[in-house]
Amino acid sequence: MATLSMSGLTKRFGDIEVIRGVDIDIADGEFVVFVGPSGCGKSTLLRMIAGLEDISGGELRIDDHLVNDMQPRDRGIAMVFQTYAIFPHMSVRENLGFGLTIAKVPKAEKEQRVMQAARILQMEHLLDRRPSQLSGGQRQRVAIGRAIVREPSVFLFDEPLSNLDAALRMDMRMEIGKLHEQLGATMIYVTHDQVEAMTLADRIVVIKDGIVQQVGAPMELYHQPANRFVAGFIGSPSMNFLPVEVQSVDHDSALVASTSLDAVRVPMRVEPLKSGDQALLGLRPQYLVPTNEQDAGQLHGTLSLVERLGSETVVDVNTRENTRLVAAIADDRTFETGTEIAFTFDPNRAHLFSAAGDGALNK
Amino acid sequence: MISHDNHGLRLAVRYAVLVLVAIIFVFPLLFMVMSSLKPDHQLLVDTGSLRAFLPVGDISFDNYAAAFQRAPISTFVINSVIVTGVTVMLSLAICSLSAFSFVFLRWSGRNLLLSILLATLIVPFETIAIPLLLLVSKLPWLGLDGLEQGWLNSYHVQILPFAADALTIFLFVQYFKDLPSELVEAARVEGASWFQIYLKIIMPLAGPVVATAAILRFLFMYNQYLWPLMVVQSDEYRPVMVGLQYFFQLDTPWGEVMAYLSLITIPVLGFYLMLQRAFIASIASTGVKG
Ligand SMILES: Nc1ncnc2c1ncn2[C@@H]1O[C@H](COP(=O)(O)OP(=O)(O)OP(=O)(O)O)[C@@H](O)[C@H]1O
Ligand SMILES: [Mg+2]
Repeated sequence: MATLSMSGLTKRFGDIEVIRGVDIDIADGEFVVFVGPSGCGKSTLLRMIAGLEDISGGELRIDDHLVNDMQPRDRGIAMVFQTYAIFPHMSVRENLGFGLTIAKVPKAEKEQRVMQAARILQMEHLLDRRPSQLSGGQRQRVAIGRAIVREPSVFLFDEPLSNLDAALRMDMRMEIGKLHEQLGATMIYVTHDQVEAMTLADRIVVIKDGIVQQVGAPMELYHQPANRFVAGFIGSPSMNFLPVEVQSVDHDSALVASTSLDAVRVPMRVEPLKSGDQALLGLRPQYLVPTNEQDAGQLHGTLSLVERLGSETVVDVNTRENTRLVAAIADDRTFETGTEIAFTFDPNRAHLFSAAGDGALNK
Repeated sequence: MISHDNHGLRLAVRYAVLVLVAIIFVFPLLFMVMSSLKPDHQLLVDTGSLRAFLPVGDISFDNYAAAFQRAPISTFVINSVIVTGVTVMLSLAICSLSAFSFVFLRWSGRNLLLSILLATLIVPFETIAIPLLLLVSKLPWLGLDGLEQGWLNSYHVQILPFAADALTIFLFVQYFKDLPSELVEAARVEGASWFQIYLKIIMPLAGPVVATAAILRFLFMYNQYLWPLMVVQSDEYRPVMVGLQYFFQLDTPWGEVMAYLSLITIPVLGFYLMLQRAFIASIASTGVKG
């Protein structure tokens, strides 16, 4: 088992810096998920940890050993690729045992470890098949099995489920969660599916443009996003951002209002604002509660779209200043598009962000 | 119904074209084999008519017997087999290894070197033949009888200059580039060394390109004429194509020429067809995909 520590890690491809100073400490046995939009550098960071990509600057330590210049095979890691990367000319058994064959592990022990991995992943009956005779999910199992067999101290996953269909993805997600409990190994998992991130992670690392935006437990990111980017990235449907004007401030809260929003006092947690500033009020769709009486609500608009999903109803609302809001409503009430609607919300669950910039941490 | 007729017509046209092409390719071979069975006077008379392609008249294997009398054919064949076989093997090993390094290893200057290498493709062999001859005639060689000066009259003078070539390297480079790089990365993470990756991952997946390169290299080497003519003076090391010289004298024995040519081309043709089948099978079975 292993701890992992990154300090000031950078990666340049030519003149372009794609990882720009990453500091993360990962505890032994922790399940850490890297999320971020496409091209933000998640895979690159993971590949740097694996040793497949040179490190341009900073330090990477595994169990307190500096491993910047160490070959992948000496790092005690195993990696599962998005495209599975199982060897097409070998049987499942040979694929699983490949690392042990290379390491010249005695035959009996190899056989036993391959069988054990096959048992954990319930694929004993597939051992003599070729990869071309396997389904996508089974191939993914082989890739995971190959990682397990070597008993690495750190598992690296790069979007392992993104090539699977939705149902299979859910199954495999749960299996990976179980596997983590069973093996207790340190795992780093890259995804841009936030359900995977929220359900699997002990801690989530949100990355944008090669910069870590926030590191924290899933619920921490959900309830206390460090900036507007994280607030918008975590949660589904995404947080609404309503343009508002700051009317007055005291030390930790601000009074904000807009054409469609009656003045409301909300906590000022992220950035300091001053009276007269343009700001964005972050409201999660789940926390918008429709009211029956028009006048009672704080937030007013017109229903433009209603989607009934069964467990909840998602409605699109055009506010009076023509901003689009989304509300996720848990009860079965029926709504008519085109009608006026008003919402209330708990000001303590609202987030206030400056309207300046792109909302993310930049260097 | 109309579309059915149409389909039949199209098929007929397609077959007609294929048959025509096949005839164009087969007739010279047919001519060669048939002529090898006829005495010279009849051969020359038949050339003017369709009889040239038919086994008619005075048919015998006399030309073959005479050809064996005239030239040490078995020595030539053995020489060709040695030179061609060793060169093909060496070339497959060297070219695949260098392509592996161009594609998978990270060393500075590899792109430049590859470009230079590919640029040599446009230099015809005739341009470098003379300088190469001067070079090999002076190079030392450590043989069984100790250090010798000059490589002339030997197997290695026919083999080593062709043990690696830009075209074969290029074929391997193109093929390796299309293999999923994750396979190599996965093998690295699993602990394989570069050479193990070459041997256990890349080469087992390289069946089609190995077959292609082997065929091309084989044909090139087997058909070598100019170079062995320049560097080999003794029968002991002479390959089959140069052996043809034995038959071009004041009064060319055309029947024997045809017999000799049949002897050296028909086995190769058979070999080629065999390889081609294996070649297609290897493409079908590799099935490299995600
Ligand atoms: N070998 C390379 N050479 C140059 N640029 C590269 C290279 N590999 C990645 N990049 C760039 O680095 C950035 C980060 O790429 P990376 O693959 O890490 O993104 P990602 O977060 O994994 O995205 P995705 O979610 O689409 O997989 C991208 O802008 C990409 O274009
Ligand atoms: Mg990626």
